[in-house]
Amino acid sequence: MKAAVLVFPGSNCDRDLKVAFERAGADVTMVWHKDTQLPEGVDIVGVPGGFSYGDYLRCGAIAANSPICTELKRHVERGGYALGVCNGFQILTETRLLPGALLRNANLKYVCRTVPLTVRTSDSVFTRAWNAGTELQIPIAHHDGNYRADDELLRQLEAEDRIAFTYNDNPNGSAGDIAGVLSANRRVLGMMPHPERAADEGHGGTDGRAMFTGLMDALVAA
Amino acid sequence: MKARVHVMLKDGVLDPQGEAVRHALGSLGFSGVQGVRQGKVIELDLAEGTDEATVKEMCEKLLANTVIESYSVEM
Repeated sequence: MKAAVLVFPGSNCDRDLKVAFERAGADVTMVWHKDTQLPEGVDIVGVPGGFSYGDYLRCGAIAANSPICTELKRHVERGGYALGVCNGFQILTETRLLPGALLRNANLKYVCRTVPLTVRTSDSVFTRAWNAGTELQIPIAHHDGNYRADDELLRQLEAEDRIAFTYNDNPNGSAGDIAGVLSANRRVLGMMPHPERAADEGHGGTDGRAMFTGLMDALVAA
Repeated sequence: MKARVHVMLKDGVLDPQGEAVRHALGSLGFSGVQGVRQGKVIELDLAEGTDEATVKEMCEKLLANTVIESYSVEM
């Protein structure tokens, strides 16, 4: 499996994401935001957490219009896979590769703690390692993770089984307790929690590791 | 020439920052503030002859996220 991890000025989870992919056996290339091409044969693009462009204008808005994101859109249009975590999720909604938007947390607080999530679907390369209903402990660390979707979009996401994860105890006001959503073709996942921060014994938990090993199994077999 | 773009959260989108400002005004003794919505003003210094349609395109593509925000343009 070949993975690329995008790096923007202000990204700070890029190396963690790289390590998580590598531990699962992926060959990982870091790609700078000004680059106009992804490496040949990349299966999956990781869009990391952090504060791209200092969260100026709106979280993820400037990154979504950077040269590499034009290439990311092409990759996804070609049927490529993408995983956006935290700021990466914000970037994916700003590029409109994922629906909805992420607003300031309803309680206005920056929330940094490990929270329980429930896997809502196993029907994606990201969540295939788990059964729907599995509970995971995954860290969150964000100020703008309040997922906004109108009723129509919520119904659509539900009907199409595109809600990947929900919070058990909603920490930020997200509509429908949504912590992660899939694109219509199920090949793009955006999530606020950080699976790459729960992928090593040293992290204090390894509940996120199965996402990367599951991806590896799926994409190597494909 | 200048253009001024106002960006606001759409009606019905919760504005927790506006709510916090409303509470703070209440604690300062300003009673009767029933609602606060906080937005952004973006001033653009433009080449002469730039038309409003171009500024609207800027809003659609970058300055506003029309999933959650509305905008208006003053030329």
